[in-house]
Amino acid sequence: MKSLAELEAIRKATISKINVRKENEAETVRVVVGMATCGIAAGARPVMLSFMDEISKRQLNHVTVSQTGCIGMCRLEPMVDVIVPGHEKVTYVHVKPEMVPRIVAEHIVNGRPVDEYTIGAAE
Amino acid sequence: MDIYRAHVLVCGGTGCSSSGSATLIDRFNEKIAENHLDKEVKVIRTGCFGLCEAGPVVIVYPDGTFYSRVKPEDVDEIVTEHLLKGRKVEHLVYVDHATRQQDAEKKLEDITFYKHQHRIALRNCGVIDPENIDEYLAMDGYRALEKALTQMTREEVIDEILKSGLRGRGGGGFPTGLKWKFTYQSQADQKYVACNADEGDPGAFMDRSILEGDPHAIIEAMAIAGYAIGASQGYIYVRAEYPIAVKRLSIAIDQAREYGLLGKNIFETGFDFDLNIRLGAGAFVCGEETALMHSIEGKRGEPTARPPFPAVKGLFGKPTMLNNVETYANVAQIILHGADWYASMGTEKSKGTKVFALGGKINNTGLVEIPMGTPLRTIIYDIGGGCPNGKKFKAVQTGGPSGGCLPESLLDTPVDYDNLIAAGSMMGSGGMIVMDEDNCMVDIARFYLDFIVDESCGKCAPCRIGTKRMKEILDRIVEGKGEEGDIEKLEQLAQTIKNTALCGLGQTAPNPVLSTLKFFRDEYEAHIKEKRCPAHHCRSLLQYKIDPAKCKGCTACARICPAEAISGTVKQPHVIDVQKCLKCGSCMEKCRFGAISRV
Amino acid sequence: MENMIALTVDGISVEVPAGTSVLEAARKAGVHIPTLCYLKDINAIGACRMCVVDTGARSLQAACVLPAAPGMVVKTNTPAIRQYRKTLLELVLSAHDKKCLTCVRSQNCELQRLCRELGVEDGDAFKGVTNEYAIDDVSPSIVRDNNKCILCRRCVAVCSSVQKIGVIGPVMRGFKTAIESPWGLKLNEMACINCGQCITACPVGALHEKDDTAKVWAALADPDKHVVVQPAPAVRAALGEEFGIPMGTSVTGKMATALRRLGFDKVFDTDFGADLTIMEEANELIERITSGGVLPMITSCSPGWIKFCETYYPDFIPNLSSCKSPHEMVGAMVKSYYAEKAGIDPKKIVTVSVMPCTAKKFEAARPELGHDGMADVDIVITTRELARMIKEAGINFAMLPDGDFDSLMGESTGAAVIFGATGGVMEAALRTAYETLTGETLADVDFHGVRGTEGIKEATVNINGTDVNVAVCSSTGMAAKLLDSVRAGEKNYTFIEVMACPGGCVNGGGQPIVDSDTRATVDVRAVRAKALYGEDAGKALRKSHENAEIKAIYADYLGKPGGHRSHELLHTHYTRREKYTD
Repeated sequence: MKSLAELEAIRKATISKINVRKENEAETVRVVVGMATCGIAAGARPVMLSFMDEISKRQLNHVTVSQTGCIGMCRLEPMVDVIVPGHEKVTYVHVKPEMVPRIVAEHIVNGRPVDEYTIGAAE
Repeated sequence: MDIYRAHVLVCGGTGCSSSGSATLIDRFNEKIAENHLDKEVKVIRTGCFGLCEAGPVVIVYPDGTFYSRVKPEDVDEIVTEHLLKGRKVEHLVYVDHATRQQDAEKKLEDITFYKHQHRIALRNCGVIDPENIDEYLAMDGYRALEKALTQMTREEVIDEILKSGLRGRGGGGFPTGLKWKFTYQSQADQKYVACNADEGDPGAFMDRSILEGDPHAIIEAMAIAGYAIGASQGYIYVRAEYPIAVKRLSIAIDQAREYGLLGKNIFETGFDFDLNIRLGAGAFVCGEETALMHSIEGKRGEPTARPPFPAVKGLFGKPTMLNNVETYANVAQIILHGADWYASMGTEKSKGTKVFALGGKINNTGLVEIPMGTPLRTIIYDIGGGCPNGKKFKAVQTGGPSGGCLPESLLDTPVDYDNLIAAGSMMGSGGMIVMDEDNCMVDIARFYLDFIVDESCGKCAPCRIGTKRMKEILDRIVEGKGEEGDIEKLEQLAQTIKNTALCGLGQTAPNPVLSTLKFFRDEYEAHIKEKRCPAHHCRSLLQYKIDPAKCKGCTACARICPAEAISGTVKQPHVIDVQKCLKCGSCMEKCRFGAISRV
Repeated sequence: MENMIALTVDGISVEVPAGTSVLEAARKAGVHIPTLCYLKDINAIGACRMCVVDTGARSLQAACVLPAAPGMVVKTNTPAIRQYRKTLLELVLSAHDKKCLTCVRSQNCELQRLCRELGVEDGDAFKGVTNEYAIDDVSPSIVRDNNKCILCRRCVAVCSSVQKIGVIGPVMRGFKTAIESPWGLKLNEMACINCGQCITACPVGALHEKDDTAKVWAALADPDKHVVVQPAPAVRAALGEEFGIPMGTSVTGKMATALRRLGFDKVFDTDFGADLTIMEEANELIERITSGGVLPMITSCSPGWIKFCETYYPDFIPNLSSCKSPHEMVGAMVKSYYAEKAGIDPKKIVTVSVMPCTAKKFEAARPELGHDGMADVDIVITTRELARMIKEAGINFAMLPDGDFDSLMGESTGAAVIFGATGGVMEAALRTAYETLTGETLADVDFHGVRGTEGIKEATVNINGTDVNVAVCSSTGMAAKLLDSVRAGEKNYTFIEVMACPGGCVNGGGQPIVDSDTRATVDVRAVRAKALYGEDAGKALRKSHENAEIKAIYADYLGKPGGHRSHELLHTHYTRREKYTD
């Protein structure tokens, strides 16, 4: 037997789990990890797992993580795009798992891109 | 880690299950584990997506990529390409019938099949895991029950349903709120709510899909109904031929009990309610409410006269409120969003949406949910994609064995209860079977009557004997043995059965004949008077002929003919001996020059 | 009145109590609505649809199941309704064997009559396939011919609802629906009690008694056989109906003459056996009361009831009186006492009983009801079969002079003749038991408390200062109800009379068949019973122990009631029976 409060908690927890199935939500932030052979070779998978870990920890219901293929700049891999609706896409390069908490905290949560990790800083 | 970055939704409805979706799920899990993605990607078996034509259907989120007709060997590619590398497998993406394009970026609701739909009853089908109550809860599940129990009086609940204009989706179209009100008004020490899940119309499977895809919606609605009318016990009468539905429903009931959403003192409001499943043995007549209740009681499933109506004297002699699955599927949404919201959709007398099962000669067979008042043409052409192979549309049969066949001229009829009846058919449970130029309307009428003859319970004389005699006359007509006066006899029998049969099923049994007689009388006359089937369908009335101008004398037809009915010299036109011909059609299939035709 | 409902039927205003069906309301308005499946108090299911009427509702309604409502405007006779009824009859005919010329129910068939009345012209209007059924004639009592069955279910209703037995019901569905026993078993393989109520409920010839007249004709024609006949009390109350004599007319004298003219060597009377039964049964009751035997004692005259008890209430077997039924007593006495007196070899005697009952055919074949390898009763025919024999023999029954029964076993008292009505055995037993126990003469022999057609009647009789509780019930459904209350300890009786048929033997399964229209307005049970009570009242002797021939038989042959010879000839035993056999 569940109380109304417990049911509400279940709802909240489950919404974050199935949020991935929502389409075209205006507020959805998309994290896209380059996962072609070059990206994987450069260590993209641990990066992606770190993103998911971080998002899960912070219960960020409005963030999805997906992958994309090679965009032709293999030397900059692992590359990660963070797309916040209404803002320009920000591309991070040479991303390492230890950089992920900062990107999530500063960019996704607080809306300030971590400039020093971006493609602009690297170029 | 609880959260997965990608969800693979595989349709676990009966249609996709029978085309192998269970194997797909196993394969996905296997491949995902092999690629070490099992912590990131989750496979979910959902209920029906509706587009059964394209089954087995797989959707990959967050991209929302819609893969159709997925075979087990395709799974590897989807896993290694899409799930691992993020590259969508273009060649497996669903081909939109309207654009004839495979567009991997296209979202589900942009697909033409879904674009015109408005899913209320089917809102969770194909979206959630029906075996997981948490997912239902996450979709605002049981909020309506909470609202009803904690914020609304019983009268207010009934009033909301009344105001919504919801009518019985099982076919009769009786105002649901009135049924609730009548049962509420009956005084008794015990009342029951019951759910009619004995879906029997050939071609209709919306109730099954709802039970398979969103069982909690029915449980929640029945609990609300129980609260409103004052019942503490409910029965779901579901046919035993729906094993997946029965299983999911059982799981859902267990989960609801575990969460205290069924049982004693729900939400600590003092309201007790529990549900039991009763399996039907598949008799069509048990969809009739009195017969259904007799069957639940363990008696022979036969209708009895009303009055007394179930609202006064139903199950075990107690007031009983019986609604159909699809009707219940709307209830929680009405309570949650209000009667006005619901009544804003549909026509003057038919509110909300209706689920139809598209079948027959139509490109997109499957389930569609549309606002009442949508024209038949939109359903058949825009959503259903019209007749395959460029064939000409001839008629659409709505309402199952109780309904009728409507011709091309009525395609602009906005679909609602009253319009369909006025047109000579009926809503029924929402079967919609399309016929093209190759369908013989006499044979179609015979098909439905054959079903009725099989399914008549045998209690009342007009249905028991009358439908049998009508079927015999139709048999004669399609065999070319029709006689002058047969049409009049059919009409006499049809009127007698329609006006005197005991139950609704009997009274509507002649409809397929009456409607085809109304709109396609010429086909009957051609069979009887000219011994000709205009659709070239009735085997006894057709002949195969070789056009000597087109025949190249390749001998392929003569070699395939099982009756050795085709003769001719090589490179000379061949001839079919009509006496020997079995009319199997093999020669016509075999001919590469289009020289053989049915006349 | 508060509970009255006013409506109009075909323009005629009528007031009926709430709950009345439109069919009954129409009847009150003088409008006759045709029916086939309806049988008052037994079957109202709206299956045949003959009684459809127009009330302005969406579809036509079956009047038999439609409650009259205030202000209702009913039309029963529109051109459309007449046409539908005709078509319905044509459909029923298309699935019927239409062998009317040789049908046992010809001219007494409700389907035949309706076809005639409603103007059906072509019996083959909707010719089509028919179901072919084997005739079930294995039961010693009842023959079912489903080729004639119109699926009205009146037999089903009487078997399950009235008799609470339910050995028949609809099987299969649609056009293949048939009334049968489960699992394709024959009626005699079921726990059927052979009461024959299904036969008298049947509107057509789908059910009839097993015809044993050929055996009787053969015996009569055999010069080596000495054929002795005895008619039951209830037969005289109904036989006349077969010859156009009004219901409720007792035809005892004509019946005796007819039997003699048919060629029977001796015409005895089961009424004599009834008096004999009372002597034995009253004695048994007194014995049980005084020596602490099993009580309540329950009568044993009705063979349908006996089989019901053996099968469904075997725990009450010790309560059953050990007395044979009256005709079995006469049969036993014919083959012993009479044979000895007349100097005839009992092996050459053929005993024939004319009974209102089909279960008697089963009873006569019980192995325990015989002696020295001879059955007490050789052949049982029903009232209907006797009527057919009379007609076949060319006897103009209505014009027959009254005759008498042969002496030795032809005399009877008023106590005997009322055996044919429910409560009669009880009343007869009370008359004798009272006088035996008290030694006084009854001032008033009429025990009104046990008369009437109610299913269960109770009475308390003060004998020697002690209140004796008795109960009378008719129909096995009522018996079940009564026994349940006894079993539960709710009721405490000393003596119970049970008759298997509602109303007792006058309404037995072997009696002339009364159509549903007549049954809707006439209580057949009461009218026939009146004939018997009338005979009783007109008799000089109204207590069994006053019967001179009875006195003689005890003095000459039996000794005393319950004596050694009585036990040998007039008492029997019972066997527990399983509901299902392998």
